[in-house]
Amino acid sequence: MLTFISKRILEAIPTLLILITVSFFLMHSAPGSPFSSERTLPPEVLANINAKYHLDEPVINQYFYYLGGLLQGDLGPSFRYKDFTINELIAQSFPVSAEIGIWSFLVALLIGVGCGIIAALRQNSWLDYSVMGFANLGIVLPNFVLAPLCILFFSIYNQWLPPGGWNGGAWPYLVMPVIAMSTSYIAQIARITRGSMIETMHSNFIRTARAKGLPKYRIIFQHALRPAMLPVISYLGPAFVGIVTGSVIVDVYFGTGGIGQHFINGALNRDYSMVMGVTILVGTLTILFNAIVDILYAVIDPKIRY
Amino acid sequence: MSLSNTENLLEVTNLRVNFRTPDGFVTAVNDLNFTLEQGQTLGIVGESGSGKSQTAFALMGLLAGNGVIEGEARFKGQNILTLNEKAMNRIRSKDIAMIFQDPMTSLNPYMKVGKQLMEVLMLHKGMSKAEAFEASVKMLDAVKMPEAHKRMNMYPHEFSGGMRQRVMIAMALLCQPKLLIADEPTTALDVTVQAQILTLLNELKDDFNTSIIMITHDLGVVAGLCDKVLVMYAGQTMEYGTAEDVFYRPTHPYTQGLLNAIPRLDADDEKLSTIPGNPPNLLQMPSGCPFQARCEFAKDRCGESMPELKEFAPGQLRACHKSVDGWVA
Repeated sequence: MLTFISKRILEAIPTLLILITVSFFLMHSAPGSPFSSERTLPPEVLANINAKYHLDEPVINQYFYYLGGLLQGDLGPSFRYKDFTINELIAQSFPVSAEIGIWSFLVALLIGVGCGIIAALRQNSWLDYSVMGFANLGIVLPNFVLAPLCILFFSIYNQWLPPGGWNGGAWPYLVMPVIAMSTSYIAQIARITRGSMIETMHSNFIRTARAKGLPKYRIIFQHALRPAMLPVISYLGPAFVGIVTGSVIVDVYFGTGGIGQHFINGALNRDYSMVMGVTILVGTLTILFNAIVDILYAVIDPKIRY
Repeated sequence: MSLSNTENLLEVTNLRVNFRTPDGFVTAVNDLNFTLEQGQTLGIVGESGSGKSQTAFALMGLLAGNGVIEGEARFKGQNILTLNEKAMNRIRSKDIAMIFQDPMTSLNPYMKVGKQLMEVLMLHKGMSKAEAFEASVKMLDAVKMPEAHKRMNMYPHEFSGGMRQRVMIAMALLCQPKLLIADEPTTALDVTVQAQILTLLNELKDDFNTSIIMITHDLGVVAGLCDKVLVMYAGQTMEYGTAEDVFYRPTHPYTQGLLNAIPRLDADDEKLSTIPGNPPNLLQMPSGCPFQARCEFAKDRCGESMPELKEFAPGQLRACHKSVDGWVA
């Protein structure tokens, strides 16, 4: 297991390097520059700014400047938010998205798996149809529709919750972002759980468990749950990264100040170092959680050993 | 509990198993009758789709959701077909145990073999973990599992097919059930392993005084193990009698055909004898005898009515219009 983990860490380095290189050159090959869209600057000022950010040098030099900074853990200055470094911006916004994300993840996991199991055990009953009907609704209902609906219901028709803001993550400010964030994941997890549970309950070893006279709840929780969770877990790894890195929709509608907004703004403003920063963050988390999924697989399935 | 006036452990009367399918109603088992005394072994023989496995599932209450059971199966005088799930769970594995056709998939691959054995004893016998562990090791020894103690901590994928079937047999015998239903226990195994498993079942049957219902399509298994034989075809009983009678003096054309199809080393026939044709489609059962289309003796009346299952000699029953000695006018 330890060799597996160290092997995965070693593998992560070239993977990240490729990711950084490809993103860097792709971004710089796109037309325009961070300062080209602003009101026309006097040429001298523009030249000064470009020189400050090394934008007047060849791209390959800029690439090595960037790598050099990265080795010291420096993601560079923001091209957009003057006086802020990317490290500061991420340190400010990522914890917000991570808090919304972790809550959304837990809610999605509990409700999704629960609904999936119930639907599977009552396959083709009205309960199954209604749970899966809601699941389908959750998938087709985009969160840019769900978010304003939440605000209408919770803040405007009923004054139950503040319509936006963060306030250090106090729970009234968390509820709506978590609802908007988790709904589609609840739906996906419920669907995967249901399918996998139905398949497991039809397998021969479950028939054996029934022939042993085990009560139903023990068949489900001791015999069926583990194998039924395998497809769910492989979905959860990438899904978790998507959840904790937030969503621009949530940040825009609820003004939470998470990292999701930076994805879009960074790209729109040609904030090179911001785009690189969030790319590296998402890349690292993806590699990390895929490794965790692999480890969990080995924990659940005795046939898998590293 | 006292048995009903006979000494029969199991009395199955007019057992029918129907399935509601999208294409219509299918009768997989049609009016099955048999009895089993304590310690006896009954072989149920038939080809794929003859309803023999569905008979076993019906007795264990393990039919698929669209299955409907009619008739009675009195186990120690009590009809087990009408029991609810909770009452049935008290009988399963404790009084009636089952081993399945495919040992490769019948054990839980995610659970240690020891735990899968122990949970039976802890459930039905209320044993502690330590007691259950000891008893399980003993049972693995009894099924001739080498290094039983070590194997308790292993997972099913670390066992060969034959070893897994030994685990299944050990699991089934843990509570010393009165009745063991073995659904083609050797079909998925190598021939040499088949022989070992059958020898083992034969020994255990005597050691534990367990009755066995042996479901098989292998007549060699029947000859070596069974006291009584029931030959099934398309859900119906064709012939039923002692193993000796059915095996050495078969009277039904279907049984005769099955026995002729066994390859013999001492005969120098170049061609394997077969029964031509296929079993009928259960969705569109022909009228009359289901075997008529493949029967070399079939006459007009075979297509008109299903022959009754009649006792033609003490303890020997058959369902055929042709008399034992040939056709009578």
